[in-house]
Amino acid sequence: MKDIARLVIVLTLITACAGLILSLVENFTREPIAEQRRLEMLRALSAVLPEFDNSPDQDRVVLPVGVDKKGRPVERTFYLGRSGGEINGVAFEAVAPDGYSGEIAVMAGVRPDGTLVAVEILRHAETPGLGDKIEEDWFKRQFRGKRLDNADWRVKKDGGDFDEITGATISPRAIVGALRRGLEFFHENRGAIVGAKGGSDES
Amino acid sequence: MSLKQEFSNGIWRENAVFKLLLGLCPALAVTTSAENGLGMGLATTFVLLCSNMVVSLLRNVIPGKVRIPSFIVIIASFVTVVQLTMEAFLYDLHKALGIFIPLIVVNCLILGRAEAFASRNPLRRSIVDGLSMGVGFTLALFVLGAVREVLGAGSLFGVSLFGSGYQPVLLMILPPGAFISLGFLLAGMNRIEARRR
Repeated sequence: MKDIARLVIVLTLITACAGLILSLVENFTREPIAEQRRLEMLRALSAVLPEFDNSPDQDRVVLPVGVDKKGRPVERTFYLGRSGGEINGVAFEAVAPDGYSGEIAVMAGVRPDGTLVAVEILRHAETPGLGDKIEEDWFKRQFRGKRLDNADWRVKKDGGDFDEITGATISPRAIVGALRRGLEFFHENRGAIVGAKGGSDES
Repeated sequence: MSLKQEFSNGIWRENAVFKLLLGLCPALAVTTSAENGLGMGLATTFVLLCSNMVVSLLRNVIPGKVRIPSFIVIIASFVTVVQLTMEAFLYDLHKALGIFIPLIVVNCLILGRAEAFASRNPLRRSIVDGLSMGVGFTLALFVLGAVREVLGAGSLFGVSLFGSGYQPVLLMILPPGAFISLGFLLAGMNRIEARRR
């Protein structure tokens, strides 16, 4: 009996100490981590939005998309970029579930009329040297100025307008598809997004 | 064995990766560049050093029957400390190493040293052991990462070495490249060892 008591006491003391130390470290690093994540978000937003003078990471519209397999609500966040109070750009994340290895997350920035300004790859796990060329400028630049109605949203191999990468068609195809779905959602809900806070840049 | 011998032990004669073949999962997976290898090695060294210290200090307190769970709790705590600190202050490295930082917990090198060395030796020797094993591990990961980055991407620490005409051997950055590089490095080390005798 005495033996068991000793085991329990020692193990409890060790885990209690570990818990205490971890809570201190967590407390100490919580703000820097939140700040790093915010900076990363802002970096992506300033890469895809036209010049803005507000904080688009806080100025946002959240719309319900539906529910996932487990019945949890799925939401989509739109970040609004403003210049002098007027909305001049909207950024949103488009996730392609059908990348070559796992999800590809893209941040897309559009003008209020739905013309793409720029896209930025947020995260991916594509093959180094092949699929990861989606991060290169020439690939991202081809989306600039494209709208749903002035481009065929497929890669060239499938008869569309967008360049694929030699040796890696799956990654570009996934991105083009995700952007198309994102733009469609944007158009269906444009009133709710751009009109939400008195934006008036209808063109 | 003197402390000095103890120290050189972990770097060459009992090098974790090249001689004991321990901790191969991170050694093969994250060494796509010299920087990643170095970062992973240093993070592991820190955890190894801290866990060796604490385990050695508590070696007479922890009953034999619960020593493994105790070691794991200690190691996991230090890994979480490293992970949070890295995310707060070295965000880019944190993103590059990703899932492999939490996986330091199950790096058998660390539990192995706690069990085989720190739980039986006094504090000073355990510190030296942790440092030497860690430095040996870091060196191994750095060499592996450097070889793969130079051959597979034509650069070192992100600095291009051969100019734009160089066609990199992509395979070296992909998983097979890890096995191929490790194989040649092991062969090279055995060769040197054989000559010494």
